[in-house]
Amino acid sequence: MKYVDEFRDPQLIRNVAGEIARSVDPNHEYRIMEVCGGHTHAIYRHGLQDVLPENLRLVHGPGCPVCVLPTGRVDDGLSIAEHPGVILTAFGDMMRVPGTRGTPLELKARGADIRMVYSPLDALRLAQNEPTKHVCFFAIGFETTAPSTALTLLRAKALGVRNFSIFCNHVTIVPAIRAILESPDMRLDGFIGPGHVSTVSGCRPYEFIARDYGKPVVVAGFEPLDLLEAILMVVRQLNAKEAKVENQYRRIVPWEGNMPALRAMSDVFELRPYFEWRGLGFISQSALKLLPAYAAWDAEVQFEIPGVRVTDPRAAQCGEVLKGVLRPPQCKLFGKECNPEHPVGALMVSSEGACAAYYRYVRYEDDAANAQPVTS
Amino acid sequence: MCLAIPGRIVAFDEEQPLLAKVDVAGIKRNINVGLLVDQPLAVGDWILIHVGFAMSKIEAEQAEDQLRMLKALGEDRLAMDEVRGYAFE
Amino acid sequence: MDILERPPGEVRFRDPQIEMAHGAGGKLTRRLIEGLILPLLRNPVLAPLSDSAVFDMNGVRVATTADAYVVKPLRFAGGSIGELAVNGTVNDLAVAGAHPVGLMATFILEAGLRGDDLRLEVEAVASAARRAGVAIFGGDTKVVEHGFADGMYVSTFGIGTVDPRARLDARAVRAGDRILLSGPIGDHGITILLARGELDLEADTLVSDTRSVLPFVDALLDSAAAGLRWMRDPTRGGVATALNELASECALGIAIFEDAIPLRDEVRGACEILGLDPLHIANEGQLLAVVAAEEADVALEAMQAVPGGERAACIGEVRTAPAKTVLAHNGYGGSRAVDMLVGDPLPRIC
Repeated sequence: MKYVDEFRDPQLIRNVAGEIARSVDPNHEYRIMEVCGGHTHAIYRHGLQDVLPENLRLVHGPGCPVCVLPTGRVDDGLSIAEHPGVILTAFGDMMRVPGTRGTPLELKARGADIRMVYSPLDALRLAQNEPTKHVCFFAIGFETTAPSTALTLLRAKALGVRNFSIFCNHVTIVPAIRAILESPDMRLDGFIGPGHVSTVSGCRPYEFIARDYGKPVVVAGFEPLDLLEAILMVVRQLNAKEAKVENQYRRIVPWEGNMPALRAMSDVFELRPYFEWRGLGFISQSALKLLPAYAAWDAEVQFEIPGVRVTDPRAAQCGEVLKGVLRPPQCKLFGKECNPEHPVGALMVSSEGACAAYYRYVRYEDDAANAQPVTS
Repeated sequence: MCLAIPGRIVAFDEEQPLLAKVDVAGIKRNINVGLLVDQPLAVGDWILIHVGFAMSKIEAEQAEDQLRMLKALGEDRLAMDEVRGYAFE
Repeated sequence: MDILERPPGEVRFRDPQIEMAHGAGGKLTRRLIEGLILPLLRNPVLAPLSDSAVFDMNGVRVATTADAYVVKPLRFAGGSIGELAVNGTVNDLAVAGAHPVGLMATFILEAGLRGDDLRLEVEAVASAARRAGVAIFGGDTKVVEHGFADGMYVSTFGIGTVDPRARLDARAVRAGDRILLSGPIGDHGITILLARGELDLEADTLVSDTRSVLPFVDALLDSAAAGLRWMRDPTRGGVATALNELASECALGIAIFEDAIPLRDEVRGACEILGLDPLHIANEGQLLAVVAAEEADVALEAMQAVPGGERAACIGEVRTAPAKTVLAHNGYGGSRAVDMLVGDPLPRIC
């Protein structure tokens, strides 16, 4: 696969890994946060921690839209599916996320019409094909996904499709990064910036991290070579006592972002005064909602939404893991009460969540050291 | 967040110019290119796909530069090691 | 051995309702079987939880299997429900080291099913049975009201005699044994996912891999019976789930090499688009086998010589640790644990 395989080249990966090993100061404990859940997944999927020096730890950030969605919002979304004649559509990622009364899949098993879609456009097409039903799209995601919802909504309006609505849960990444930086127990050296969010927002929004907090930020791609190169760039900045925003993912990310995408977003969305993030609490100006001009397609206007806040189980230490204070296995519930089949906390919910990825890919860590390879 | 992968444009929809047929390793899907209206797009171009939308046009030159630089990283190191090797002999 | 003199075990299955995931062949399926069915029905033949039951009948080693097919759509690129039912049943017997003697097929039909569709499926059953060299001895037909089945379901029973050369037991697996795979993975699962049309993805040349794996089993028994320890056809839950079951049955570690796993471009492309792991995707015509190291080369050559086995490969080996874990190693020193499937493989956007 072009633009994939070249960036998984074993020789080049070893080159860059070797360069990282030679560049780190052996007396310093490096803690670099990859903000984006896609990065978290890629790091585990490709076993990158195995090729990094012992004293360089990747800390998993809050960039997993499924994980940070509070239980109350899941309940709100699922309540829409209980209205007669409604088809609730969602991405596959949402289907196993537990609300108070079960997951979308469990509700579906009890008879609710909940369907998985690959694209919001598929939800719109379903509405056109099912004129007697109302199709609601459970929108989640950061700046990468928000423009897709925006274009779908603009298209629904242009086509005059009235049996379609959006339950908007789009969030923005910068306020969450700021919340982590403001957290008193935060100890991070630098950041790997979210590559796909940056295709939309560009690299400027991270400048405050370098300017106000003195931390390097390198916007990175998702292949092993991209991530390793970005880590090397962060280490080099730290070695040079620099703090700036750099773009490792130049083949994809324009420095200024994507104007049509930003325009589409400002056409249909406005910032919510505040929004609850699972594990992080309420963060102001961190989420999007539909502008009043689109009330006819806004599920929060069209349906009675309970809007009840549900507190996370006290024992789950998602917030500490999200902020990089604890590693997943240090949480009291990890792997016991909380596992991918029965997620208690946010980070076990999606395959991008730090805990789910850790559970899936490195549970064996302690015995792996004792493994005896039989062949070379 | 945001799984997105590269694909190649193989055709445009005659009735809907914002719809491109995109190929990923032999799998094809119609992709909306409405977010790339401010740049020229042609059959053969590579784009990044996310939830049925093109997010970005892939810059081949940037990719080649990056790979060239990373290859050089190894070669420089080998050259340095050789020089060092002579020094210790 | 009196198989009926056993008190029921403790039922640990507490799930409030049955979900689709209980049928996906992953962890929930296992929990249902081990937590509910096994304790209530337990006996020594059932205990190993393999795809076939193997027991002695008047001095003959017999294997039996029962299976049900509920695929949607009924017909897809490269096969159909009727063909799947025969091949799947034959394969469950084959991986137990048995030669099928006969099958039974029960058709559960939804009122409103088109006669032509039924005729096509009965023809598919007949021709698949002919290809596999097995007879259909009987079966049953039931019709349920419109809306109470999805077109048609096929339920099968198969019986075969175990090849005396087959000495299969997961507990006989040793560190150093090799893991062989008959061909590219995920073809069936991705073909079905695309055939459902919900994702709007097209593939030009991808077809289901449904076929009988008997020729592969024969090739292994002819070439390396002494070193053949374990076989499985990795259907629901994919290669990952089958290897995890092996790892827990033999209490050793399984190491696989990502670069060695045969995979078609289209399956890889679909998995990249949808964020799925090909190791979790269903196959309907592949064979996984564990063979002693000294016989592995001969066994692999024999598999590659079977028509349709050109891409058979050695994908990994058995190691002492980490016990009960499947690890996938890549070409640059990284590794990841490969978990069993949890629920159905769901496309993801993040």
